[in-house]
Amino acid sequence: MDNTNKRYWKGIEELKNDISVVKNADQEFNLEEIDGGTHRRDFLKMLGFGVAAVSLAACDAPVRKTIPYLNKPVDVEPGIPNYFASTYSEGGDYCSILVKTVEGRPVKIEGNKLSKVTNGGVNARVHASVLSLYDIEKLKGPQKAGTDISWEDLDKEVTSSLNSANAIRLVSGTILSPSTNSVIQEFKQKYPSTIHISYDPNSVSGLLEANKSNFGKAAIPSYRFDNADTIVGINCDFLGTWVSPIEFAGQWAKGRRLTSGKDGKKSMSRHYQFETGMTTTGAAADYRQMMKPSEEGALLVALYNKLTGNSIGSSNFKSEIVDKCVADLKNSNGKALVVSGSNDVNVQILVNAINTSLGSYGNTIDFSKTINTRQGNESDITTFVSELKSGKIEAVIFLNANPVYDHSLGAQIAEALTKVKTSISFADRADETAAKCTYIAPAPHYLESWGDAEPKTGSYSLMQPTISLIFNTRQYQDSLLKWSGSDSSYQQYLKNYWQANILGGSSWVQALHDGVFETGASTSTNTAFNADLSSAAVGSLSSNKDNGLEISVFESIAIGTGSQANNPWLQELPDPISKVTWENTLALSQKTANELGVAQGDWAKLSAGDYSIELPILIQPGQAHGTVSVAMGYGRTAAGKAGNVGQNAYPFSVSNKFWTGGAKIEKTKSGYTLAQTQTHETVMGRQAVVQESVLSEYVKNDKAGRFEPMIETSTGPKKPYTITLWNGHEKQNHSWGMVIDLNTCTGCASCLVSCQAENNVAVVGKKEVVRAREMHWIRLDRYYSSDENSEYSIDINHLRRMEIASENPEVVIQPMMCQHCSNAPCETVCPVLATTHSSEGLNQMTYNRCVGTRYCANNCPYKVRRFNWWKYFENDDFDYNMNNELGRMVLNPDVTVRSRGVIEKCSMCVQRIQAGKLVAKKAKRRPEDGEIETACSQSCPTNAITFGDMLDPESRISKILAREKEGRAFHVLEEINVQPQVSYLTKIRNKDKAIASETHEAHEGHHA
Amino acid sequence: MQVVSPIREKLVTGGKTYHNVTEDICKQVEGEPTKEWKIAFGVALLVFAYGGYWVGRTWWQGLGVWGLNKTVGWAWDITNFVWWVGIGHAGTLISAILLLFRQKWRTSINRAAEAMTIFAVLCAGSFIFFHMGRPWLAYWALPIPNTFGSLWVNFNSPLVWDVFAISTYLSVSVLFWYIGLIPDLATIRDRATGIRKTIYGALSFGWTGGARAWARYEDVSLILAGLSTPLVLSVHTIVSFDFATSVIPGWHTTIFPPYFVAGAIFSGFAMVQNLMLITRVVFKMEDYITIEHISLMNKVITITGSIVGVAYITEFFIAAYSGVQYESYAFINRATGPLWWSYAMMMTCNVLSPQIFWFKALRENIVVSFVIAVVVNIGMWFERFVIIVTSLHRDYLPSSWTYFTPRMGDIGDYLFTFGLFFTCFLLFAKFLPVINMAEVKAVLKTSSEDKK
Repeated sequence: MDNTNKRYWKGIEELKNDISVVKNADQEFNLEEIDGGTHRRDFLKMLGFGVAAVSLAACDAPVRKTIPYLNKPVDVEPGIPNYFASTYSEGGDYCSILVKTVEGRPVKIEGNKLSKVTNGGVNARVHASVLSLYDIEKLKGPQKAGTDISWEDLDKEVTSSLNSANAIRLVSGTILSPSTNSVIQEFKQKYPSTIHISYDPNSVSGLLEANKSNFGKAAIPSYRFDNADTIVGINCDFLGTWVSPIEFAGQWAKGRRLTSGKDGKKSMSRHYQFETGMTTTGAAADYRQMMKPSEEGALLVALYNKLTGNSIGSSNFKSEIVDKCVADLKNSNGKALVVSGSNDVNVQILVNAINTSLGSYGNTIDFSKTINTRQGNESDITTFVSELKSGKIEAVIFLNANPVYDHSLGAQIAEALTKVKTSISFADRADETAAKCTYIAPAPHYLESWGDAEPKTGSYSLMQPTISLIFNTRQYQDSLLKWSGSDSSYQQYLKNYWQANILGGSSWVQALHDGVFETGASTSTNTAFNADLSSAAVGSLSSNKDNGLEISVFESIAIGTGSQANNPWLQELPDPISKVTWENTLALSQKTANELGVAQGDWAKLSAGDYSIELPILIQPGQAHGTVSVAMGYGRTAAGKAGNVGQNAYPFSVSNKFWTGGAKIEKTKSGYTLAQTQTHETVMGRQAVVQESVLSEYVKNDKAGRFEPMIETSTGPKKPYTITLWNGHEKQNHSWGMVIDLNTCTGCASCLVSCQAENNVAVVGKKEVVRAREMHWIRLDRYYSSDENSEYSIDINHLRRMEIASENPEVVIQPMMCQHCSNAPCETVCPVLATTHSSEGLNQMTYNRCVGTRYCANNCPYKVRRFNWWKYFENDDFDYNMNNELGRMVLNPDVTVRSRGVIEKCSMCVQRIQAGKLVAKKAKRRPEDGEIETACSQSCPTNAITFGDMLDPESRISKILAREKEGRAFHVLEEINVQPQVSYLTKIRNKDKAIASETHEAHEGHHA
Repeated sequence: MQVVSPIREKLVTGGKTYHNVTEDICKQVEGEPTKEWKIAFGVALLVFAYGGYWVGRTWWQGLGVWGLNKTVGWAWDITNFVWWVGIGHAGTLISAILLLFRQKWRTSINRAAEAMTIFAVLCAGSFIFFHMGRPWLAYWALPIPNTFGSLWVNFNSPLVWDVFAISTYLSVSVLFWYIGLIPDLATIRDRATGIRKTIYGALSFGWTGGARAWARYEDVSLILAGLSTPLVLSVHTIVSFDFATSVIPGWHTTIFPPYFVAGAIFSGFAMVQNLMLITRVVFKMEDYITIEHISLMNKVITITGSIVGVAYITEFFIAAYSGVQYESYAFINRATGPLWWSYAMMMTCNVLSPQIFWFKALRENIVVSFVIAVVVNIGMWFERFVIIVTSLHRDYLPSSWTYFTPRMGDIGDYLFTFGLFFTCFLLFAKFLPVINMAEVKAVLKTSSEDKK
């Protein structure tokens, strides 16, 4: 073994030590040299890729083809909305609107700021009407006795039967349209036996008659709530439903707006409300007195006697606030206004007498322009019913009218209709009346129609179609023209009528563009009061006899007269006061309920005369004792899937008086949960939530009622915002925010429906509301005051008593939506960063990223986040608009429809912000203030919500905040330092003394 | 002077020899399943299947099948999650901390306790999935590199910490448990024939039983014990952060971490007690799980129960002392509000009931021990329910105050985890040695005198 240095070579290459060989020496096979082909590893790679690619391709979503326009219509750009001015007119309700259409379909209603009547305000029912357009349960075409018929056949048959008919009646609701009235005149000329009968389910016939007898004019004067220093409402929901609520709310708010600072406006009107059930108007009043409907007369007699010193009978009306009210009325020097919702002509005569003695005419009441929104005449419809029963009438046409349902004599009409040879309805569905008619000639929705309206003398507005006819329908004006033998289409007729009678040479196109046209016309202003108050009828009002339990039939904010009952948005809209959805209730005061032996959760049978209904009991604070309030508009039987809920209260409203005495309540069952969106009634002394004071305090101190918490630290008490763990978010470009004035918010819920329409908020149905799962992004928190001292203390009994609302509580309504906290608790807890902060102060929700842990919702101090417990679209369990092709047409294409399992919430209409920024960017400028509006701020009839950029010193919001920073502006829950982008302005009541003012002041101080 | 130290009580009674231990324990693994086992397993499977139906519905239809609402976003789901995690604490505590403290009595119970831990953590983990609105995207909660534009998880969120805590805890527990199983699996392998030999052979990783193997085994046990000891404290601390870091009155409480850990040990021991007593009777293990064991467990239960009791009272004191209106109301509402009954259940079951163990006779009574252990777990379930639901249902804005009523989905999904737990546990009890033979042998007192 001595020769160990011997070397062996694999080959000659190795011996030569060739560089290329050495390099590859450790590789047995030199793969590079094997040219082309597939290697084992490549094969596996390709196989893997192939399998993955094939399986990925297999899971691809199905291809949905969109078809581009062959000939693109002018002005229709995909993704860019068009706005058309139009007019909402349903029954007597009127609103001038802009209709947002996207690729030919209306998706949203906005207020038309050009209107001198509604001034850009919109109410909940107007907002929701766009959904009624896409109601799939409407008739698809004309019908004869329940079977389809062609328009030609219908016209032929109807014309021949009308020609042979001797007594024709045209029954309608209030017709605001002058051109339609002209069409009816033509029809009358052709068929001279025609009598036009108009009635309103929410009639003010008594007021019309009183004005006729006192002033010789059966009309409603214009009211100027903004000119009144003292407003007295008597069972008159003028902010919610009465006559022209959008207009009145705007006027009322003008008198209620306050501004802080030395030069601020520190005066406001004083509002007294005497009412039976609690309405939004009563809730907004400074002094509210509960009153049975039968006491209206006695109250007015008392007011009249005290105001004038005369005596028209002795009144036994008892109230502490009548004297105060009289004093204020007297001191107002003509700037006073008394309104009553009563339909009793004698009551209204007395109201007129009071207004005359106050000098209101010319100041707060203006006869030069009359309001046309209620024209129904009660005696006409009564005559019609008796004629119908006698069999005298041979043909009847129902135009926007459903008296079988919405009149107290409906049952008699239904029965007597069988005696009429020819009966025709223009209803959009086989409703309660139409189902009894021989022919249904369905008229399209107003968004598919031409039309006009004259809501007030000299104020005209136009209606234009924003979509082509969805079903085989025809406007009733066209039908009437056709049957009158005219060849003209109504569209042409309307244009001719306007050019001849209204425009006076002005441009038709401009009028159509603006949607409104003011002629400035006025009627005679002879307001010489002429009445004999000593008549027995008026005098008898003072005798306040015991009527037993009295039923008050009222018009609710959401459902109104029931004509839009099949609208799920409205059904799910919580009543602003009771928060009940999807049904009407028997509202009783706690005291009355105790006397009757019923409680909330029970069902009871309410009967009066020979009519009875069974409904759940609602304990309603502020309800007059000995009365029960039932909303009209429910209990439809032929409205549709969503609308056939609740019970019909119209039959209680005998001769349209809206109340009746001698009612009985019997408990039938118990253990029921009402579908209420808010079940807790009071604010529990939480001053960081609701801050309020009275005018007398506010005049002295801009910060009256403000709660300014201080945090105890080692260096003394500090304001919460000065102590922070947060780094904050930089906002360099914009800082979007809102200011909400609690003083002018009436709780009309217009914002809520507007938001629902704008943001594709799902309807969840009654069952889910009972489970507290409604999806609304904005809610109207309603708090009642309690008799208990509102100062918080650790005392179980005290806290329990705080939960109980007063008999006649003060009410605060607080719109609540995502506060877009700058230190948002939701953002820190989301595990997947689905909710983040924008550089413009918004708290953003990324639906796509959300995995649905709901941690953000739990950690939200305002509880504004909503979870998609189910899939709410294309789901038979939620058979509302999102479950059918037609109903889905209302969806806003700019907003994602949320899938099941994700959280959603107010985005501050980020799609509108983006759109507005884009417009500004294209024009190479900054977005202007007011150019971008959120859905809620846009629609508010009282402008209680101001939206804008807080970094723009010239914006309205910046100016308000600059003024109110040391005044009324506060953040809800300031002490937890989440720093919301939404501020509220304190609620100031025009009261002499706050019910809890002493305790408020004592409590301002150190708080942690 | 002469000091005579007392002779310690034997940890295993009945004069067992090494062979007896092997026989007694392997008997269960090697024999036919007993009738009791079959019945129990059948019931567990039924519950599992019924629960599975509800889990299916929950996933197919959505979380609407639960009773949650706009205000109460968590109720049974997270209650069950925390409850199961809490139960899962006993295993590690017994195996790791008692190992470090050289508490030899733990040897007969640690195996079952560890198994219970793993199954409980699995049950807890399943609620992480169940409670999500879109559970198929659960992986988004993991910091996985992705193609979503490098979208990361939110490291600020306690839920992300939870994911880390639970997954760490599960992996360490499984590892610890399995390492401990290896020598025993080898014992079974050595006694088995046929296919069983192959399976147990594979499972025992070629354990030789050599001195070096034993030395490594001891080292690994100690290292894992050291690793998991902090976990006992950290896991429930992190779970408590879900609440403690929030702004909700009743959740935002700094006392939560120690209070949750004590509660976890409390409920975990109660669950171990329950399972142990069943095993003791069913598998006739009276000599291995002695009255002394039961008594010691009861002492731990009494101590931890008293700690949570003190925590409950401290919370109330702080709520009143803080001067924060929302905080004090949250606690008044807890005790006197609409959900007062759940608070009463919690106080009675958790604080009052274990106090009977101050009496020796009751502490050593098997029936009483079993009943109280059940009661404690009911109480601990209500503790989480009280914390979660009564805090949420009435928080800041009274307008949103609601009530919570469970629906069938809540109950069904909870049953599912019971089915899962008992199915797993019964499978474990049948196919794996329920008592650590190797370690029990180490604590046997043997002398040549026994050999007669």
